[in-house]
Amino acid sequence: MEYEAVIGLEVHVELKTESKAFCSCTTAFGGEPNTHVCPVCLGLPGVLPVINRRMVEFGLRTALALNCTIAPMCKFDRKNYYYPDLPKNYQISQYDMPLARNGYLEIEVDGEKKRIGITRVHMEEDAGKLIHVEGPNGDYSLVDYNRAGVPLLEIVSEPDLRSPEEARAYMEKLKAILEYIDVSDCKMQEGSLRCDANVSVRPKGATSFGTKTEVKNMNSFRALQRALSYEIQRQIELLEKGERVVQETRAWDEDKQVTYTMRSKEEAHDYRYFPEPDLVPLAIDQEWIEKVRAGLPELPDARRERLVRQYGLPEYDAGIITGSRALADYFERAVALFPDAKQVSNWLMGDFLRLLNAQGLEPNQAPVTPENLAELLKLQEEGVISIKIAKQVFEEMFATGKGAREIVQAKGLVQISDVAELTPIVERVLASHPKVVEDYRNGKEKALGFLVGQVMKETKGKANPSLVNKLLKERL
Amino acid sequence: MELFYQSAYEVSRLLARKEIGAEELTRAVLDRIEGVEGQVKAFVTLTPEAALEQARAIDAARVRGDDLGPLAGIPMALKDNLCTEGVRTTCSSKMLENWVPPYDAFVVKKLKEAGAVLLGKLNMDEFAMGSSTENSRFFPTRNPWDLERVPGGSSGGPAAAVAAGEAFYSLGSDTGGSIRQPASFCGVVGMKPTYGRVSRSGLVAFASSLDQIGPFAREVTDCALVLQAIAGHDPADSTSGDLPVPDYLGALQADIKGIKVGVPKEYFVEGIEPEVANLVRWAIDRLADLGAICEEISLPHTEYALPAYYLVATAEASSNLARYDGVAYGFRLPGKDLVDMYVKTRSEGFGPEVKRRIMLGTYALSSGYYDAYYLKALKVRTLIRRDFEEAFQRYDILATPTSPTVAFRLGERITDPLAMYLSDLFTCPVNMAGLPAISIPCGFSQGLPVGLQLIAKPFAEETLLRVAYTFEQATASSRRWPQLGVVA
Repeated sequence: MEYEAVIGLEVHVELKTESKAFCSCTTAFGGEPNTHVCPVCLGLPGVLPVINRRMVEFGLRTALALNCTIAPMCKFDRKNYYYPDLPKNYQISQYDMPLARNGYLEIEVDGEKKRIGITRVHMEEDAGKLIHVEGPNGDYSLVDYNRAGVPLLEIVSEPDLRSPEEARAYMEKLKAILEYIDVSDCKMQEGSLRCDANVSVRPKGATSFGTKTEVKNMNSFRALQRALSYEIQRQIELLEKGERVVQETRAWDEDKQVTYTMRSKEEAHDYRYFPEPDLVPLAIDQEWIEKVRAGLPELPDARRERLVRQYGLPEYDAGIITGSRALADYFERAVALFPDAKQVSNWLMGDFLRLLNAQGLEPNQAPVTPENLAELLKLQEEGVISIKIAKQVFEEMFATGKGAREIVQAKGLVQISDVAELTPIVERVLASHPKVVEDYRNGKEKALGFLVGQVMKETKGKANPSLVNKLLKERL
Repeated sequence: MELFYQSAYEVSRLLARKEIGAEELTRAVLDRIEGVEGQVKAFVTLTPEAALEQARAIDAARVRGDDLGPLAGIPMALKDNLCTEGVRTTCSSKMLENWVPPYDAFVVKKLKEAGAVLLGKLNMDEFAMGSSTENSRFFPTRNPWDLERVPGGSSGGPAAAVAAGEAFYSLGSDTGGSIRQPASFCGVVGMKPTYGRVSRSGLVAFASSLDQIGPFAREVTDCALVLQAIAGHDPADSTSGDLPVPDYLGALQADIKGIKVGVPKEYFVEGIEPEVANLVRWAIDRLADLGAICEEISLPHTEYALPAYYLVATAEASSNLARYDGVAYGFRLPGKDLVDMYVKTRSEGFGPEVKRRIMLGTYALSSGYYDAYYLKALKVRTLIRRDFEEAFQRYDILATPTSPTVAFRLGERITDPLAMYLSDLFTCPVNMAGLPAISIPCGFSQGLPVGLQLIAKPFAEETLLRVAYTFEQATASSRRWPQLGVVA
């Protein structure tokens, strides 16, 4: 039988507000354990939470960028469960009256566009972190409350995703949007962007849902895609064997590349949600919403269309370039100085991204500035250096952060376009390879390439290739 | 009259005229505490050295000619669920027996700014859960009028201390009657302000939507003075009202002509001690004599208030008290693993009444029961609020008994939680509606004080004070204080 997967994602985003959700402690990542804390985020007796206005503003920005309807009135609730990283043993969250509902974002997989529904966006506080220690007299755990109280948004999608590829595309698009609107660092490795998936499978064409499992602990796009592929296959195999999928929470094991049971439905928490009595309901007036809406930057889809329109970029290139705000910003700065957009995008999608990824850097951290890249492209266009040399110079620029012209001059990499200088070299090459010359003259076209290569070798790649071609042909 | 039984208002004048110094006054009260505390047992923690130091600082300021307010140099004490920087705040619980807050509650900051002299922290039912102060994990407090009887609760310490002359005033907290009922039992004035009139910041929470801090005093004037000092908006408490604080002392006019007083018939039901009912009816007749228009009214949903209260309060408590888990602060009993540590810590750290309420509240919020209990209780709460709103369209004040009985004997109800819960019958509807109310002494039954409860519209504390003051002035001749044998 043919099956299809049904996937919904619950994404948690740490907001990069200056201060925590309900107190004025810093949200800075890192820091000595338990130094970014105060009585409020430690949940000491008698202290009360106060809503951080910036958290709400960031929530609004996100909800609007995701095309959601903002609730005129929302409230906070307590989610009760015991865990040592949760100072109050309840989390202030939003339950039945979230900040926003009914949004969507668009993804594209294999050239097909698809709209994915967003069920809701709500605000909540993060928990602290446990550090497990193996001691000589037994294992124990230490708790760091620096993260406790950092504002989070939970973004819940509709079960509209049908494959791991779609799920990954959704996450990538969501990350791009969150970066564009500048509300989060979106670092999956540091946990500022986290995602859980609800997965089920059903016979293709069926309208009802199969039994779902919840998959946790996926810390990269790749992990998400692999975990979902594994889980979908696991569920299909169960059904094929005539067995049933058990509703449960599973975790992705990155080392073994499998999902495993974390807790069964029976062990599921009863969170005993009830309205947070220490906070009053939050009324968001239309004026504020409009102000936030007006302040939204151009979002990825709009920018992609503009890059196609304005620079004549192919759709594919524009999609990759606008996948990250920093990359798109980089592109536009470079194009302003070197207007051959396709050339710029080729460089960015090629060597630039390759070197960035190899070093785990973001585009705005690249040692090569857009100005430097434009300079390099100009040198190549003017014929000062060849393409081959340009690639070599770019690597050097990336490694040292130096300018293109500086490297070209210091290393004497200027292209040789002087006939007088090249002619003796060409003649020397011809003289030392009579067999090859013979082959060419007998109609073996390829032999020319060898001869060009020999000239390039003699000149350490600096010879102007088209001039070498011309000089060789004249003599053959 | 002995110095320690003077009103705060009176000693404030003595201090201002430099007829007495704050240190001398503080020593007098410390002497009184030394004389009677062995019998009353109102204090969990005494801080005499710090008190004398504060008093001397006020005396020095007065010599310098600093502008001092009316509470400067007057010794007072706090219920032990109000956080005090550097002074342990136990909630009369083993769980917080050695916990020292790194901050002052908002009201404590306000009183310190006003120059108050803090004598110490007062006993209470553990985490404010109870109506007799017998649920203190340390010791019960005695009623100064009869040492075999309870002072009421949960603010039994604050009420008893003021009645016994161990402090000129005190602060308590009132979640379902915890200021008014002990005030009634101990024959003092106790006020629960409107929910939001006084910041809860630094009050260790029992039930956040019901808790409110308020004063105990021996006279209505003192009550007004203290409320003046502690009322007002606090950005750290989102539920505190951003409203101007009126001049409460200025509201104390002995004139209630034309004031309309509603007397809800549901508060004179079976189970109320006949003499208590008679005294309260007598008091209401006095109000009429003084020019008030008193009429019987009905608050039809009154009978549902107590069960609904015990669902809302316990639900919130189950969550508020979840933080006492032995992880970061407070009491901890080690266990073989995390859950074992939780269980041992909470089983030993909390007393039976606190555990009972946590279980009740957890049950009320549990999936499958939420709609039937907690949600239903919230709906009842709305109906009770509407009852009051309707009544206040026609009346300025409602008058009722504070408690159906006078102070009961120690041990009499402690094994019968339901009988104990009935102590809150007339007070908890007020918390459910967030209204201000005051209990003032209105006579004695079998030698024990009886309280008259007055209830007003939200933020109409001035009306409460004015009516209470007028009644107090008219009945001043019958005022007396318990005769405690001073142990030499």
